[in-house]
Amino acid sequence: MGERPIAAEARDLVKDFDGKRAVDGVSLTVPEGSITGILGPNGAGKTTCLRMMLGIIDPSSGTRTLLGHDRPIEIAHQVGYLPEERGLYPAMPASEALAFMGALRGLPIKESRRRSLELLHSRGHDDWAKRPIRTLSKGMAQTVQLLGTIIHRPKLIVLDEPFAGLDAINQEKLEQLIRDQAAAGVTVIFSTHVIAHAERLCERVVIIAEGRSVFEGAVDEARDRLRPIVHLRTRVADGPWRAALPASAKNVGGEWRFELPSDGPEPLLKALIDGGAGIETLSIERPGLHDAFIAIAGEAAAREMGHVHVADEAA
Amino acid sequence: MKLPETIRAAFVIARRDFTATVLSKTFLLFLLGPLFPIALGMGMVGIGAQVDRNAKAPPIAVVSSQQDYELLSAARERLMPLADSIALVELRYVPPEGDLAGQQKKLLSSEKEPVMAVFDGGLSAPHLTGTVTSRDRPARQMKLFIDEARRMAAQPQVSSPKLQITQTREMAGPQAARRVQTGRMGQALLFVLTILLAGMVLSQLIEEKSSKVIEVLAAAVPIDAIFLGKLFAMLATSLTGIALWTIAGAFTINSLATGGLRSLPMPAVGWPAFISLTVVYFSMSYLLIGATFLGIGAHASTAREVQILSMPVTMAQLVLFGFASLAVGQPNSATGMAAAIFPLSSPFAMIARAAELPDIWPHLIALGWQALWVALILRLAAAVFRRSVLKSGKSRRRFWQRSSA
Repeated sequence: MGERPIAAEARDLVKDFDGKRAVDGVSLTVPEGSITGILGPNGAGKTTCLRMMLGIIDPSSGTRTLLGHDRPIEIAHQVGYLPEERGLYPAMPASEALAFMGALRGLPIKESRRRSLELLHSRGHDDWAKRPIRTLSKGMAQTVQLLGTIIHRPKLIVLDEPFAGLDAINQEKLEQLIRDQAAAGVTVIFSTHVIAHAERLCERVVIIAEGRSVFEGAVDEARDRLRPIVHLRTRVADGPWRAALPASAKNVGGEWRFELPSDGPEPLLKALIDGGAGIETLSIERPGLHDAFIAIAGEAAAREMGHVHVADEAA
Repeated sequence: MKLPETIRAAFVIARRDFTATVLSKTFLLFLLGPLFPIALGMGMVGIGAQVDRNAKAPPIAVVSSQQDYELLSAARERLMPLADSIALVELRYVPPEGDLAGQQKKLLSSEKEPVMAVFDGGLSAPHLTGTVTSRDRPARQMKLFIDEARRMAAQPQVSSPKLQITQTREMAGPQAARRVQTGRMGQALLFVLTILLAGMVLSQLIEEKSSKVIEVLAAAVPIDAIFLGKLFAMLATSLTGIALWTIAGAFTINSLATGGLRSLPMPAVGWPAFISLTVVYFSMSYLLIGATFLGIGAHASTAREVQILSMPVTMAQLVLFGFASLAVGQPNSATGMAAAIFPLSSPFAMIARAAELPDIWPHLIALGWQALWVALILRLAAAVFRRSVLKSGKSRRRFWQRSSA
């Protein structure tokens, strides 16, 4: 990240609502052109953080800069925002809704109308143009709002839970759109409670739990906080080889699972072979972001994320 | 964000709101809106007139000689112009019968041809029988009729010369009085339109809140621009409606009123300036009260809460209107100046002033003053809105929310 310019930065953001602390010292740094995921369970303070970053609400204390400005509203025309609670005028035709969002962000209305039709056309949605928003499905309306987020070709887009409410196909399309934007040099920040999206898309993540940022860095850096996990099946149930396993090793359905010792796989393998384990299968798995999240954010936050994750997958 | 950018953003929002409102089917209903009170008013006047005719007071039965009755009738006719809009008691001739007491009883108890009282004794010994007292208007009028009839009987008819009349343009005295009427009319029109239309911005704000668009707007433009845009939009909508109503109204007045528009009392600043000032003061009044309503809308989260909160504000507006109406006829008095200076009553007081005094410069000062207050109230309302709406945590529940929850 070193030399890359900073697109967004927050230092010790705090927000109190009627005496209750919703965000308690969040700091983050988003390099230009990166995709950064804000991870955390529901109620962790992700949306409040994003709203403070965008200047919709002011922090109780702390500082933030967006594209070098400490008053984000002043560079609103360079920023795109998809709020968690989607909002479009129900009676407005889709193309006009897009044009309106472009005009709000500083585009002349004629240009905004031209781009709205162009955007719809480029995605094969010409037939949506004249349809009032209320006649579109939820997914379609969400797509319109998402296109409205990029119509003015911003330098930075902020997406709050962008995958919520989308089916698998539209989730895939959205992931592609995010990748395309990043490839075009646009900085993307999105919040999610579904770790799989962050794992697939993000270069960097910020993990927020109970209003605090507990981790900020590259996805690999988060994963590297955990030792790789060894999965071992042996033909021999017991013997001298057992001494090679760490004390924390667990047997789950006949399979031993344990963290790879710090001296690497070779000494382990040698000890297992010499001890007569009769290795049936042995694999070393690099921890996923989900595991890293559990380790970083704690069991309680992880349980909630895991629960939501499962529910989303089921849906 | 710099002022031109705020204005630009406000116009983007205003254009959306204006288009959405004016191109909706409900706008037609909005345009037809004033027809309802007018039709209702005309209906009430018609019903009132009918009721009035039906409820016309019964006559006084005059039991006297034909000659006395004719003198009394002539006296009544002669006094008629003095009465103007006050109804003079009717007289009905009844030839005398032998039994006066019996005849009085019969006349007073008749339901077929009811009478208010029975007059007898002629002009020499007048006597009234009935439920009327000497303080009642029929008794006092009857006394006048008798006095005039006696005078007419005593004095020979003189041929009075015909009164020649030369009509001139208005003199200062009557003109001043009529200008007060114009002032009151302008003030009332301004007040009714403002109260009716300023509430419309509230529904817009509630729409934004319920459709969650407010978050999109708040991230893109300053809250001041959102409020200003909403006010501009509803002002433009109102002015569109007013323009159409004015054209229709002027056409109707021109068609129906004797002398057409020229029959209306001329304001001191002249009609073109007065009409322009009416539009400008309506705009100011609308912006001032609309901004206040937006501040209220910022506190409310449902239409019900808006209604509850609108009530005291409307009452306060009535008080302000009453305050401003005290200034009519005395624009340079302490009351008149106070009403012109107090921002929320200023447009009402100044439109009345325009009807009464010809100077234009006080209006320029007043408009600047009012514009300053529009800006101040908008800033305040926007600050309240930011505090109470644009936050994701639970808001502090206010006393009316506690009671209505």
